[in-house]
Amino acid sequence: MTNSFADFAKAKMLFVIGSNMTEAHPVASTFVKEAVLAGAQLIVVDPRRTPLVDFASLHVPIKVGSDVAFINGVMNVLIDEDLYDKDYVASCTTGFEQLKEKVAAYPPERAAEISGVSPETIRDVARRLAAVKPAMLIYTLGITEHICGVNNVLSCANLQMLLGNVGFECGGVNPLRGQNNVQGACDMGALPNVFPGYQKVDNPEARAKFEQAWNVPKLPEKPGLMIPQMIDGLLDGTVKAFYVFGENLANTEPDIRHVEHCLDSAEFLVCQDIFPTETTRFAHVILPAAAWSENDGTFTSSERRVNRVRTASAPPGEAKPNWWIFRELARRLGHPWKADSAQEIWDDEIACLAPSMAGIRYARLEKDGIQWPAPSEDHEGTSFLHKEGCFTCGLGVFSPVDWIPPAEVPDKEYPLVLSTGRRLYHYHTRTQTGRSQGIDDLLGEETADISPADAADYGIGHGEMISVRSRRGEVVVRANVTEQLPKGMVWMAFHFREACANWLTNPAYDPKTQTAEYKACAVQIAKLR
Amino acid sequence: MSDTTFILNGKETPFAPGQTILDAARDAGVVIPTLCYLKGAAPTGACRVCLVEVTGARSLVASCSTPVTPGMEVFTQSAKVLRSRKLVVELLLASGKHDCIVCEANGNCRLQDLAYACRITEMKFSPSEETYPVEDVNPFIVRDFNRCILCGRCVQACNEVVVNRAISFGYRGSKSKIVTGGDLPYNESECVFCGQCIEVCPVGALTEKKAKGMGRPWETEKIRTTCPYCGVGCQQLLHVKEGRIAKVTAVEDAQPNQGRLCVKGRFGYDFIYSEDRLKTPLIRQNGKFRESSWDEALDLVASKFKDIIVKHGPDAIAGVSCARSLNEDSYQMQKFFRAVLGTNNIDHCART
Repeated sequence: MTNSFADFAKAKMLFVIGSNMTEAHPVASTFVKEAVLAGAQLIVVDPRRTPLVDFASLHVPIKVGSDVAFINGVMNVLIDEDLYDKDYVASCTTGFEQLKEKVAAYPPERAAEISGVSPETIRDVARRLAAVKPAMLIYTLGITEHICGVNNVLSCANLQMLLGNVGFECGGVNPLRGQNNVQGACDMGALPNVFPGYQKVDNPEARAKFEQAWNVPKLPEKPGLMIPQMIDGLLDGTVKAFYVFGENLANTEPDIRHVEHCLDSAEFLVCQDIFPTETTRFAHVILPAAAWSENDGTFTSSERRVNRVRTASAPPGEAKPNWWIFRELARRLGHPWKADSAQEIWDDEIACLAPSMAGIRYARLEKDGIQWPAPSEDHEGTSFLHKEGCFTCGLGVFSPVDWIPPAEVPDKEYPLVLSTGRRLYHYHTRTQTGRSQGIDDLLGEETADISPADAADYGIGHGEMISVRSRRGEVVVRANVTEQLPKGMVWMAFHFREACANWLTNPAYDPKTQTAEYKACAVQIAKLR
Repeated sequence: MSDTTFILNGKETPFAPGQTILDAARDAGVVIPTLCYLKGAAPTGACRVCLVEVTGARSLVASCSTPVTPGMEVFTQSAKVLRSRKLVVELLLASGKHDCIVCEANGNCRLQDLAYACRITEMKFSPSEETYPVEDVNPFIVRDFNRCILCGRCVQACNEVVVNRAISFGYRGSKSKIVTGGDLPYNESECVFCGQCIEVCPVGALTEKKAKGMGRPWETEKIRTTCPYCGVGCQQLLHVKEGRIAKVTAVEDAQPNQGRLCVKGRFGYDFIYSEDRLKTPLIRQNGKFRESSWDEALDLVASKFKDIIVKHGPDAIAGVSCARSLNEDSYQMQKFFRAVLGTNNIDHCART
């Protein structure tokens, strides 16, 4: 997030796209609702009538996968009606002419045709956004989980720069991260192309710095594989050994049948986890790990805030902290690492190697944590980025993009769109929430959410069992007939193994990020006789 | 005397325009006890515990809902105030079932604290009869209206703080009660089980089912930590007795959650005690897993990796880190892959 959660409640205009916050980020949504009670405008862009729509001044139910066309349409109006922030665009950005040229091809009428909302609605959104400054844009996986995920994100950034909203409190581009430490795992360099602190592995200076710090003669310079490439590599034999730490890939990746075939093909699979999972079934070695609240450390939240995690109880049996396991493996391979606690790892290594976190030390994290960048120990942290439109990289770069449809769109045989996500009561593959007493009582099984119109067409009653089938698989699941869904759409989550949406989802990926298109594939439904 | 001061217990005291007597007094370090007052919500003046004496006023006034005026003379501890406060508490004690010894809120109850502070030693009025059955049909929240003092904090928390709009005041007069839509039990209502109502309940009317019998407030150590679910980073207090989490509450006034949690953050903590936990390294042998020592398992992984690097090069190994685990864990894993194995084949579910 460029900005902070504290901004949500103070914002005067919130533009929420592809985010079912009340279920996936409930506490963040409370601040948005609070802003609405205090008079803020809220525009919710989502194919579904999500619970947040109850608080919205405007709900824009665009078609699944039409985000780029819709946002280009809004920008077309902003430029056409001279509503964009000309001073900001002139002084803080570059590439406006190219953007103008691109969005000229998306007049509201064309954007409306693609996105399924009216040209008037598109004009209305543009005018409303231009009327209140700054506006805060919030998005979640409805933006990223598409084959055009990168372009969707760029569109969000284009829109906010055109409106002059990046670099101010209560403005910015704000992705809500789905997991407690997905921000931190990125920050720490658990990515194939960067070291900790986003220093690129193909930069010789960065490599030299880490070679010296880690006391090794040569670090690899070629960026590595991303998860889908690793999984496919197991099948084609380019990846022989696979080390899966705390991920249940056999349920979370699209097309479970294919993923399990790949995992089963691994020459050597190591799983490090706190529970046996669908994935550990394929392991050759399973290493038992300490869980949350069983060891000290830090998480970094969506707002770049490094928070402390503390020990409440001891891990069961022989389970060990994860950092200890990696340290022991390194020692066995001839690399004795000095740091012998999470605090030593942070204070003596991470803070020294990642410039944006150089000022963060455990001693400073006793209370509310610190938001990076915090480059020195007297720096209080940064609540919003690109202050006053002064972008970290100099000028903000407009990146004009074209709309493309999802990889798989409905046809005669598979006439409905399946979109997937998370529900309030469960978390991912239920390894945790399924074992927390009481949660299953609130939500004990998966459902396929369908619209009343489709239910009527297919003769399906609320609560009846149906089959949902895609080109990759079939699940039998209870129908949940709800006004939340528009006609032509099915919605499911991936919390329960038997009716997991990922038996059906399409392993088509954004070419840059290898993010799967969890939000769109084609399915057929039928009532079970 | 200026336009920005008033007289608090005989002392000239500053205040900000629009500030209530309660807030201005708190800023000046003078504590006025409250029951229904909820920070961040509109004051209701419902409980009358925060009454103070204002010179020239017809009667005592509720400090939580009365704005200060310049030169106003306020007494927070006059004989009249103390008498009234004690009477209010005595009446509240008679308004329902307040048998502390068996109450889950014992030691974490404002009414109990007030009764003690007011030096109440006996029940002045005979308590009303128990009329409500305890509701504990849902998995997390026990509702006992016999203990409810109708302060309305839960209603305010639900409607003004987390804005879930699941409960409100229902019925009238002596039949007044906190109700969900249609006065249904929580699990049949719009309630989303964030538990904010428990967090703010000043008595034992709303308590946590899973925490029952797990530890009294004075027995538990309070450990601040960060929630293990979504990416908001809510700050939690783990109430820990003898190495076991008895319950989880939100850290008041902390960023980013400002005293709020959701159903997963508040109630999804006990998975760590599941019997399913992996407790020892396991090695697959003849299609089955057998227990092993750490030395055997780690030696096997190390030698297997060594072999594969010799035969196929370091890029034949790939790893996925964990977006649920600590920064320090991900740091170690990427360091292990890059510096020890010699490959950048390290990723995690960053984009999903």
